[in-house]
Amino acid sequence: MSVTTDRIPEKTPDAPGEPTSATRRRGWAGDVLITVLSIVLALVVGAVLIAVADPRVQETASYFFARPLDMLQAAGSSVANAYAALFKGAIFDYGAETTTAAIRPITESLVFASPLVVAGLAVGLAFRAGLFNIGAEGQIILGAIGAAYVGFAWELPLVVHMVLALVAAMLLGGLWAGIAGFLKARTGAHEVITTIMLNYIARFLLAFLLSTTAFQRPGRNDPISPQVDSTAMLPQMLGSWSRLHLGLLVAIAAGFGVWWLLNRSTLGFKLRAVGANPFASRTAGIDVGWSTFAAMAIAGSLAGLAGAFQIIGTERSLTGGVSAGIGFDAITVALLGRGNPFGIVLAGFLFGALKAGGVTMQARTGTPIDLVFVVQSLIVLFIAAPPLVRAIFRIRAQGAGSMQVSKGWNA
Amino acid sequence: MSTATRERLPESSTIQQGPLRKPPTWKSPIIMGVLGVVALLAFGLASNAGDTSTFGMSTGAQRLQIPALVLPTRPAAIVLSVLCLVLAAVAAAAVRVKRPVPLAVPIGFAALWLLAFLVWSMAGEQVPLPGLLGGTLLLSVPLVFGALSGVLCERSGVINIAIEGQLLAGAFASALMASVTDSLWIGLVMAPVAGLLVAVLLAMFTIKYVVDQIIVGVVLNVLVVGLTGFLYGRVLVQNADVFNQPGTFSRIPIPGLIEIPVLGPALFNQTIIVYLMYVAVIVTQVALFRTKWGLRVRAVGEHPKAADTVGIKVNRIRVQNVLLGGVVAGFGGAFFTLGSVGAFGREMTAGQGFIALAAMIFGRWSPVGALFAALLFGFANQLQGTLGALGSPIPSEFMLMAPYLATIFAVAGVVGRVRAPAADGQPYTKA
Repeated sequence: MSVTTDRIPEKTPDAPGEPTSATRRRGWAGDVLITVLSIVLALVVGAVLIAVADPRVQETASYFFARPLDMLQAAGSSVANAYAALFKGAIFDYGAETTTAAIRPITESLVFASPLVVAGLAVGLAFRAGLFNIGAEGQIILGAIGAAYVGFAWELPLVVHMVLALVAAMLLGGLWAGIAGFLKARTGAHEVITTIMLNYIARFLLAFLLSTTAFQRPGRNDPISPQVDSTAMLPQMLGSWSRLHLGLLVAIAAGFGVWWLLNRSTLGFKLRAVGANPFASRTAGIDVGWSTFAAMAIAGSLAGLAGAFQIIGTERSLTGGVSAGIGFDAITVALLGRGNPFGIVLAGFLFGALKAGGVTMQARTGTPIDLVFVVQSLIVLFIAAPPLVRAIFRIRAQGAGSMQVSKGWNA
Repeated sequence: MSTATRERLPESSTIQQGPLRKPPTWKSPIIMGVLGVVALLAFGLASNAGDTSTFGMSTGAQRLQIPALVLPTRPAAIVLSVLCLVLAAVAAAAVRVKRPVPLAVPIGFAALWLLAFLVWSMAGEQVPLPGLLGGTLLLSVPLVFGALSGVLCERSGVINIAIEGQLLAGAFASALMASVTDSLWIGLVMAPVAGLLVAVLLAMFTIKYVVDQIIVGVVLNVLVVGLTGFLYGRVLVQNADVFNQPGTFSRIPIPGLIEIPVLGPALFNQTIIVYLMYVAVIVTQVALFRTKWGLRVRAVGEHPKAADTVGIKVNRIRVQNVLLGGVVAGFGGAFFTLGSVGAFGREMTAGQGFIALAAMIFGRWSPVGALFAALLFGFANQLQGTLGALGSPIPSEFMLMAPYLATIFAVAGVVGRVRAPAADGQPYTKA
């Protein structure tokens, strides 16, 4: 498992039992099996929740011992309805009248997935460099601010405008994360603390900007920016029936880019080396501080890209809720993808589908979309603790692997 | 980052004292000096000569009424800024003779500087001081409970990012149970139970399954947000009369103490949850630093192997403390519903758990420190509200940012460096 980093012998002599090489040698098959089982388990727990919270189930439960089948039936139908709506909203709406309406859900899933993938890459890349980037949320906000400002304040020709909006988003996002990287490199301030704080600072900064004349839409009192010019918008890929925009391809390209950076470039080698063992890296002549800063800055620019997708892909104008919790979902995406770029792309697709499906599920069956959070977090919890999943399904252990990324506040 | 470790500033905590101590740096006197000059120029000399700042000193609940204090804005701000500069000079003098700067100096500096700021920002206005302080206290209550939860966990070596989740779970359970049973007291008892449940998961995954502590915390927060949001939408909203009308505790004025000028009505005319908070802070402070149990907990958090060698059950202590932390945070959750709003709302903790984390760090992992940090953050928040109503010279968003900025400065070592327990975040497995 790539997220696992070696314990540093000089610092922590007290944890020699930590699984390291055994975990990494464990094959793909084991990882995939645990992942699939985790998803199944999470969906089962979700089903239990749906059933328990269903009013008809509660009603029938009151006479469970007289007619137990009533309750089971009610529970079964409520779960089936909710999950059917989830599927229809995420993949394929088999009840729809036109073909486009039937396949629209999967394109909607991909729309949700695009920012999740790049933000997930932002968290995952930092993982590989031994950093826990909880600040994707703030970096997304800064990216959105950059993309929106370029989008509505500047007048530029067609392609140039869009590219500049993306670049502005990456720059601001990178800068924001770079603060955390710089502080870590220069003063040792833990990136988890600084990125959490930067999230809130970003949120208030956005609220402040939206109250200034430079950002607030003329004639409006609520915090909303002018609409982005159509020259800056990412082009729709399938026509007007779907919101699917070019961001999806950019996100997939970013996945390849991160893979190349980590596995084929010198910088990526340094990042991974520092992530695995900063002390050995220093001895080998790697500038640990610079690597830390670079990792955070690159991660931030990826998250900034997610902010740009929100603005010039779907929303068109900047509001206080532009980040929509993507930065936190990104953490679960990166964990599900185990820090592997391609894994993250797939995980982003899965969680994008859950989100799109959740919206439909809420609209059609009244099951709150919060269920998606539950399922998402349970998947990650199960994946993070393979021994638990194995115990539940009684699978023989192939090496005890648990996720270890951070090394405590003082590290 | 080992350079950072080597460059670490000396600590005022007992652990690092002794021959290892390095001479103090000029950083803090310089920063205090600069801030003092800023105060003198911006708050003192730049304010209008004729303005006055008025502080109301009593509330109707007191028998003894004190007349409002009317201060001429400009002279008062100048005097306060000069006092700030005097403290900066004291710090500089201490550094010059290579003595550590006493902790009272920066604390006094912060208090005077804030007072100067307050006097300046309310020029021409009147603010009731007991109301300001009481509001500050109320805003800091959940932060204090949350930060105490963090202190308990992290002193034993388990990082607790799940404070937010514990608060939210406590808020949810107390509102639901108090409504269903029609008893605020049962609600108050169920809140820590909910916090405990989150803590059980935290302990199970971090200690039994040795999963990364930060990951577990982050994911547990998402889980609790999802669970409470789901049940809120599916159950509480559908039938709010039955499930989401707990009501709130009424204030209990403490006779005698409430007559203390200014502080009395702010501190001693509060609900049971606030009084519980006073008890919790004192008990944890004494327990952690004055008892055998506390010594063991800190030993486990600083050097688990050494603790294990002398027969302390490292992971048992950690589990205990994580669970205890969950209980404490649960009470903080009850404050949201039974102590102030009177109903549960989706994601109603709104990131307070993370400010609590910041308060714990800012308070240097000690209960009393966390209390003062939380009060400072609460004050910034309250001031923002008060000044917003008056039409403040500073945008309210920047006041709201202050706690987070302060925490970044604290961990980056701008004004004295904070240090976590040495083994914080590192799982312990026996070889």
